[in-house]
Amino acid sequence: MIITNEDDAPAVAGTAPAARGGIRRAILLTLLILIALALWVLIYSRLSWFAEWYTYDKLLYPRPTDGNPAMLKQCCPTDAMLAEQGTTYVRQGRGIVFLLFQLPHTFMLLSLVVFLMGIVRSFFTPERTRGLLAGRRGSLIIALGAALGVLTPFCSCSALPLFIGFITAGVPLGATFAFLASAPLVNEFALFMLFEQYGLTIAAIYLAIGLTIAVLTGWLISRLRMERFLEDWVRQAAVDQQEAPAERITWEGRIYAGLHAAREIIGRVWIYILIGIIIGAFIHCYVTQQQIVALLGAKNWWSVPLATVVGVPIYSNPAGILPVMEALRGKGIPQGTLLAFMMGVIALSLPEFLILRRVMKPRLILLFFGIVAAGILIVGYAFNLIVK
Amino acid sequence: MKVAIYGTGCAKCHKLEELVRQVVEETGMNAEIVKVSDIKDIVTAGVMVTPAMSIDGKMVVKGHLPSLDEIRTLLAG
Repeated sequence: MIITNEDDAPAVAGTAPAARGGIRRAILLTLLILIALALWVLIYSRLSWFAEWYTYDKLLYPRPTDGNPAMLKQCCPTDAMLAEQGTTYVRQGRGIVFLLFQLPHTFMLLSLVVFLMGIVRSFFTPERTRGLLAGRRGSLIIALGAALGVLTPFCSCSALPLFIGFITAGVPLGATFAFLASAPLVNEFALFMLFEQYGLTIAAIYLAIGLTIAVLTGWLISRLRMERFLEDWVRQAAVDQQEAPAERITWEGRIYAGLHAAREIIGRVWIYILIGIIIGAFIHCYVTQQQIVALLGAKNWWSVPLATVVGVPIYSNPAGILPVMEALRGKGIPQGTLLAFMMGVIALSLPEFLILRRVMKPRLILLFFGIVAAGILIVGYAFNLIVK
Repeated sequence: MKVAIYGTGCAKCHKLEELVRQVVEETGMNAEIVKVSDIKDIVTAGVMVTPAMSIDGKMVVKGHLPSLDEIRTLLAG
């Protein structure tokens, strides 16, 4: 990358000697990051082993497969007590393993994903994305909008200015919608987590379906000529198109962007993760399989819409939702229902609805939410059919 | 010097305003700080990602919360 390229040196800092120092710093920083990554992999690969070792060998909880371990002998001397208490202890043990594993696991994975995405995203600024999309027409541009939506960084409070900034710069409404829709539909953390826990196929299907919904949304909205349902002032807004001078960002700058993103996002979502993991552990300990399968099991056709609807009022980060999904999966809830639940939480959120209301007339918002909801249901049913 | 801070009211935007006020106070510089929170005005100024900050009409921060040091450098400079 840039670090070894002498031609880029003057851009790193104003003067040549300072630039050479900058390159040295960048190499050092890269090395540090690589060492940190190696450590990360080492620790990460031992998490599961540690959680089980600590629960079963240190705290002496009975393993689910154990016949008559030490702890059971102490607590339940008679057979009747064993039958009653024993299962409780086995369940509690599982809950503790879950807690000990998920806590470091989720935080480590989130840090890594956010860091890497921070670096990737330093290549895609909103201005550059807008430049790529503006003034063009056609279905391809809608697809490009959807793809860029996954890669361009913005937080939900910026959704509105972005939306208007795109529209007024001449980005077609369809492409703008595809852009805005794909960001919550394809969450990069959810994608990594799915890949890690369920394999490449599931992750790829999640990505494909999310992008397809985003493209369909954009296509339908451009087909229906929904421009007239924008609030009037948006169409008339005269925007100062002042472009900031193109910043040259160095390799070092990109690494810092990644670290910055990791720190900021962890600082914001740790509480959701904690709550999610506690709920997950609670499910492990106290919810019986029969109860939950009766409610959300594969046999009930309404389990998918129910999971979606339950997800809507829950406001969380995917990093907080995935531990809950994991616990529910352990109880035999089918994959599609879980995905519908997750997407309901992430993609359909009431605060977002209120934000969009300020630029769109109700019909346009309803259409948007309708398409996303329909997409989620399709994902849910499809996955329940595919993954047995 | 006129400093404008753009944000619809998210946590980061409030934080930015707070930090800028802090820097202005500690350096005692003569700066007028304006908070722009109406979405129409934000968009009209060409801001797409908040929080953003402009000094005398020139955008200097876009879409991230700068550190105190960064703000000091920007205002000094």
